[in-house]
Amino acid sequence: MEIDPFIFRLSIFILSIFIGYYVVWSVTPSLHTPLMSVTNAISSVIIVGAIIAGLAGNSNNIFNTSSIFGFLAISLAAINIFGGFLVTQRMLAMYKKKKKGK
Amino acid sequence: MISSNLSAVFYLISGILFILALRGLSSPETSRQGNFFGILGMAIAVTVTFLSIGNFSTGFVFVLIFILIGGLIGAFIAYKIPMTAMPELVAGFHSLVGLAAVFVAISAFLNPEAFNLGSPGNIKLGSLIEMSIGAAVGAITFSGSIIAFLKLQGIMSGSPITFKGQHLLNALILITIIVITFLLCSTQSSNLFWVLLAISFLIGFLLIIPIGGADMPVVISMLNSYSGWAAAGIGFTLENTALIITGALVGSSGAILSYIMCKGMNRSFFNVILGGFGATEQSASVLNREQKPVKSGNADDAAFLMKNASSVIIVPGYGMAVAQAQHALREMVDTLKKNDIKVSYAIHPVAGRMPGHMNVLLAEANVPYDEVFELEEINNDFANADVAFVIGANDVTNPVAKTDPQSPIYGMPVLDVEKCKSVLFVKRSLSPGYAGIDNDLFYKENTLMLFADAKKMTEDITKNL
Repeated sequence: MEIDPFIFRLSIFILSIFIGYYVVWSVTPSLHTPLMSVTNAISSVIIVGAIIAGLAGNSNNIFNTSSIFGFLAISLAAINIFGGFLVTQRMLAMYKKKKKGK
Repeated sequence: MISSNLSAVFYLISGILFILALRGLSSPETSRQGNFFGILGMAIAVTVTFLSIGNFSTGFVFVLIFILIGGLIGAFIAYKIPMTAMPELVAGFHSLVGLAAVFVAISAFLNPEAFNLGSPGNIKLGSLIEMSIGAAVGAITFSGSIIAFLKLQGIMSGSPITFKGQHLLNALILITIIVITFLLCSTQSSNLFWVLLAISFLIGFLLIIPIGGADMPVVISMLNSYSGWAAAGIGFTLENTALIITGALVGSSGAILSYIMCKGMNRSFFNVILGGFGATEQSASVLNREQKPVKSGNADDAAFLMKNASSVIIVPGYGMAVAQAQHALREMVDTLKKNDIKVSYAIHPVAGRMPGHMNVLLAEANVPYDEVFELEEINNDFANADVAFVIGANDVTNPVAKTDPQSPIYGMPVLDVEKCKSVLFVKRSLSPGYAGIDNDLFYKENTLMLFADAKKMTEDITKNL
C-alpha cells in the first residue's frame, strides 16, 4: 500500500520539532530577545503562501477577493521579514565583548 | 518555471538555513552569521516561489509593489524603534504573522484551485482541516498579540481583567471552535468558516485580558509559539516544507521560552494562563503592612558606600527599562571601574517584560556581555560582594520566596541580594511589587533605600563618585 504524502510531511514536522527543541535549548539566555525577533522573521516565510494567493488571479482580473487577501498577507509578512531581520541585526550588533587592555 | 521537485529541494534548503539561523544564536559571536543564514533562507524561499509559479505578468509587478510597501514599513520600524520598546515590537510582529496566516487561509478557502486543494465547496478534507487549524490559531495569535501589545504599550491597563465565569466562558468557546471545525469539514459551508474566524479572534482577546503585566514574558513566548503552529498549519495546507520546518522550529522555540519563564517564576504554565495573579493577595498585604523602620539615603550616601567597595553587583529590572536608565547606569559603572571596583550584572530570568529584555538594554548601553550573568552563574557571588545595586527590580530579590511558605511567590528562584554586605535599592516608593507582596529586603539592617527615579539617582551617584 502506498504511503500518503501527508505522513511524509508529518514526519518532517515532528522531526523539526525535535531539532527546534535541541537547537533552542542551546541558545544562550542573553540572546533570548533576538531569538524571538528572528523566529518572528522566519515564521513570515508564510509569504510564499501569500505570493501564490496573490498571483492566483488571471490576467484580466488581478484583484479578486482571494488575491486581495493574498496581497494584504504579502505586505504583512514583508513588514515582518524586513522588520524582524533588521531589528535582530541591530540588536546583535550591540553585543560586544570586553575590550582588552581597558 | 521550475519543477515542483526542484522547488521542494530549495524549500528544504531554506528550512535548513533557518535551523542554522537559530543555531547561530548559541553565542553572540556566531549570532550575526546566523541572522545572515536566516535572510538567505528567506531570499531562497521567495525566489523559488516566483520561479515555480513562473507567471511574470502584471500580477508579479503588484506582488513586488506589496513586498516593497511592507518592506519599507518594516525597515523603518526596525531602525526607529527604541530598544526599551522591544517587547511591544515583538508582540506587534506576532500579531502580523497571525493575521497573515489568517489571510492566506481565507485566500486558500475562497480559491482552492490556486493551491491544488480542490474546488470551492469541495475542498480536500485533509486540506480543509489543516486550513481551519491554521486560520483559527492564526486568529488567536493575532487578537492575543494585539492585547499583549496594548498592555505593554500602556494603552491598556496592565492589571488583570477578570470576571465571574471567565474560565467557563473560555472553555465553552474552545469547545465551540472544535465543534465548528468539525461541522465546517463535513458541510464545507463558507458561513461556518467566517464564524470560526470570528470566535477565534474573540477567544484570543479573552485568553490574554486576565493576564497581568509582569506575566508578559510568558504571554509573549506563548504567542511566539502560537505564531509558529499557525505557520505550520498553513504549511501543511500548502504542502510546503520550508513552512512546515519553520513552523515547527518557531513553535517549539516559543514553547521552550514559555517553560523557562514559568520556571523563573516557579509557576505552572496553566497558573499563568488562567491569570489574575496578585489580585487577591494585594488587599490583604496592604492591610497587614505595619510601619517598619526603613533606612533611606541619598546619592551621596550611595556613592560613599560604593567608593569603599571592592566589588559591586548590579541587579536591573523592568524599572530600569521604564526609566531608560541603562546608559546612566553604564556611566556610573565606568566611573566605578576607574576606581578599580569590580562590577558585574545579575539578570533574573523574568526580569523585564520579555525573555532577555535586560540583556538587550545593557548591550545597547555598551555593557560587554561577558560582564552580564544569569541567576545560577552569579547567585553564589552575592555573599562575597560588598554592594548590591538593585535598580528597578523588586520581586526577583524578595527573600520571602525562600523563607515564607505562605507567600504567593514562595519557591520562586530569587537573587540572594540580601547576602551582600550592603544593599542599595533604587525605587520610587515603598509600594509592593507586581505580586502585591511586601519586600522584606526594604527593612533589612544592611539595606539603604534610595527613593528616586532610577535614571536621576544613577546620574546623581555618578556626580558624587
